Amino acid sequence: MSTLASSRVLRAASASWRPVAARLDRSAGLVFILPAVLVILGFSIFPLLASLYVSLSRLGFSEGGVELKFVGFDNYAKLLFGIDRPHFLGISGPLTPIGIAILTAVYALFAFLLYRYVRGPGLTVVGLVGRVLATVIGAALVWLIVDTVLTSGRPGTLAVTLIYVGADVSVQYLLGLGLALLVVQRLPGRRFFRVVFLLPMMITPVGVAYLFRMLTDTSKGPLYPVWAHFGLTDVSWVTNPWGARLAVMIGDVWQWTPFIFIVMLAAIETLPQELNEAAVVDGANRWQVFWRITFPQILPATSTVVLIRLIEGFKIIDLPNVLTNGGPGTATESLTLHAYTIWRALDIGGSAAVAYMLLIVVTFVGIAYVNLFRRRVAALA
Amino acid sequence: MNRVLARALVLMVGVGLIAACTSGSNNTSSNNKFSGTTIRVVTFTGPQIAEPLQRRAPDFEKLTGAKVQVITVPFSDLYQKVLTDFATKTNSYDATVFDPQWMGDYVPPGYLEDLSDRVKNDSAIQWNDIAPFFRDFSATFKGKIYTIPLDGDFQMVYYRTDLLQKDGLKPPETWDDYVSIAQHFQGKDLNGDGKADYGSCMAMKRSAQSYWMIISIAAALLQSQGTKQGTFFSTDNMQPLINNPAMARALGIYKTLSRLGPPDQLNNDVGDSRGLFVTGRCALSLDWGDIGPLAVDKTQSKVIDKVGAVILPGSKQVLDRSSGQLADCNSTLCPYATNGVNHSPFAAFGGWSGAVNKAAPTKVKDAAYAFLSYMSQPAQSGVDVTIGKTGFNPYRLSHFNNLKNWLDSGMSEQAAKDYLGAIQTSLQSPNMVLDLRIPQSAFYEGTALDTAIAQFLAGELSANQTMAQITDQWNKKTDEVGRPAQLDAYKASLSVTK
Repeated sequence: MSTLASSRVLRAASASWRPVAARLDRSAGLVFILPAVLVILGFSIFPLLASLYVSLSRLGFSEGGVELKFVGFDNYAKLLFGIDRPHFLGISGPLTPIGIAILTAVYALFAFLLYRYVRGPGLTVVGLVGRVLATVIGAALVWLIVDTVLTSGRPGTLAVTLIYVGADVSVQYLLGLGLALLVVQRLPGRRFFRVVFLLPMMITPVGVAYLFRMLTDTSKGPLYPVWAHFGLTDVSWVTNPWGARLAVMIGDVWQWTPFIFIVMLAAIETLPQELNEAAVVDGANRWQVFWRITFPQILPATSTVVLIRLIEGFKIIDLPNVLTNGGPGTATESLTLHAYTIWRALDIGGSAAVAYMLLIVVTFVGIAYVNLFRRRVAALA
Repeated sequence: MNRVLARALVLMVGVGLIAACTSGSNNTSSNNKFSGTTIRVVTFTGPQIAEPLQRRAPDFEKLTGAKVQVITVPFSDLYQKVLTDFATKTNSYDATVFDPQWMGDYVPPGYLEDLSDRVKNDSAIQWNDIAPFFRDFSATFKGKIYTIPLDGDFQMVYYRTDLLQKDGLKPPETWDDYVSIAQHFQGKDLNGDGKADYGSCMAMKRSAQSYWMIISIAAALLQSQGTKQGTFFSTDNMQPLINNPAMARALGIYKTLSRLGPPDQLNNDVGDSRGLFVTGRCALSLDWGDIGPLAVDKTQSKVIDKVGAVILPGSKQVLDRSSGQLADCNSTLCPYATNGVNHSPFAAFGGWSGAVNKAAPTKVKDAAYAFLSYMSQPAQSGVDVTIGKTGFNPYRLSHFNNLKNWLDSGMSEQAAKDYLGAIQTSLQSPNMVLDLRIPQSAFYEGTALDTAIAQFLAGELSANQTMAQITDQWNKKTDEVGRPAQLDAYKASLSVTK
């Protein structure tokens, strides 16, 4: 009797425990993941909110410590409409015919893309709002570059950063892919070159900046005989705004091309050779093999590596800081260097405002890239 | 007899050794009071300034038992690095060797130790041997001593005596003279290596130490009525003295000189211009006192005994503040003029000085003060100021009066007198220009002025735009901090007893 009773009790307990256990089972994933998620959120969201508050404040020194005085959007207003506007956004000039042509072409493309989306089958409200927003911001950024670069004006740190990112990532990708295609050929010494091509990436950016400072010095330095031979010893390209920007971009390309090279190399080396061989048997030439067979297969790797370099490219600071200190004038100053320059004078709020503007631009470019390019590439692949 | 002599000798040697050991142990016991203490001193990335601190640290450790750890950061980062360390109570530095201009930001919040009593009780520092200007401007803030001067800073002009003599030219008396001499030598081979050299070498790099150069040029045009008149702001309303014909003229001179130097001059800091001058590639240079000792450094100089120094060139026209226009010098407008030329020697920077973190433990503070005192004492500093790589320039009366150290360093008597004379003339001038020492001076000079001047040199801004931009930014900052408070601070800084 007692055994029967005890087994009943156990069954009852088990029955009552079962829903709890089932619930725990269902939520086990959440329970296990939650601590890590909270930690990650704490480390990423808290600094984001703290720096947002700092960007709305002004730092002051008081007896024994510091105080942050809330100033609203003053720091942003200073950048967009106030005394820092020429530094941040640059100075515009009257549009040239080339500028008008570029603007017309780009805006027509934006309008066409938007029209195609509206007329297409996948139209949603969220998608439409996102695309309209992307079009407006994209149009504004293109306007900013055309209006300050292709006119008698001068670009601010935002436009200079966009130029660095656009030019550097494009050239790095083309060179990196080209080198990877060369190294996969069965050429003598390819193992040696595989290591050599990686070396620039191993050097600290400050070292690269000093290296290029020596190389671009026309009055002395290792390349002096070359400059002297061409009679260029009286010409300094780091004191000319575009010469200095070019020097920074060459340095960045030199340093980061190996990153793209190594990713592309890995992608190409894992491709099955049968497709290429079949294409060759069918009479395809080298270009057709690359464009129709190889390239589509490495597009996923391409889209990832370009996204990484895009985000990294926006944060460029070492090269312009060491090579030219952002000069001549503010010609080579990137957004990060701009924030750093302000921070050095302990205008922490102003510095945080610049950093937030950078965050907004990087987020916009990143999301736009993922939505407009990467998904299609992935689908294509 | 020999045995007796030998015994006597052994006895004498023994007594001598015991005496030596005894005195040595006495020294050790009396001087080891900081044993086990480590002093963390932060200053800017050398080799200048950090070099003498690092070189003398082991000697100080032998004397006192205190270890000195010298931490260096780039000059452009030093201000905020130390200030944020103290303000956030991180306190990773016990002492700093920094720009005394920044006391306006460091002293009011209470980050620096008041050293007045320590100095008073320290006979070894020979406080009165320090020239009054450096005691008052570099060391004292609102009547209390907060820093120990380790360096004396005046900008002056260096010229190649051999070249000027050969071509029958006199050292520049005005900035117009400077420009014409620079034009005369630009593109000529000045050191016999067959390469074209430069008329003038001057630091013009952004985010470096270049912004003091434009103030040196503008000083003689802006200030003529004595030190208390001020060069940076009106003492009536704190309006910047930037947007006026005097500054426009100075900018014009600076721009002209940017083309009379090496092609990458806009990317040159003082280290670059010094290197070019002492290797014989420039006829003229504008700098602090560093070129004097560097020019006799046998390891690098190609212009030994070929260098002269003069007080900063002046101007025959100055800003008439009542009309806001440039006017010819007369006895009313330029009471301190010499031969109708107004000279305004610029005490740029004020000289590297050491301060102690108030939040450090008492024993560490004592040790830090002892180290700074040791560095400043004539026995050490008298030698250090004669070595080019230290970056320390003369600031004690004994540095000027004792020629022996200078002659020992390799300078000829004439060169030493010439060099020290230029500094002394600057130091004794009643129209000396004091550097800015108000809260946020790092922003006024190091950010707003520096950026606008760099943009002007690069052609991004015209002279008028440059002056307008600096004026706007200075006014904005003054209003942010508080105009009356800034005006008080500025006026207080000009009332320095000289």
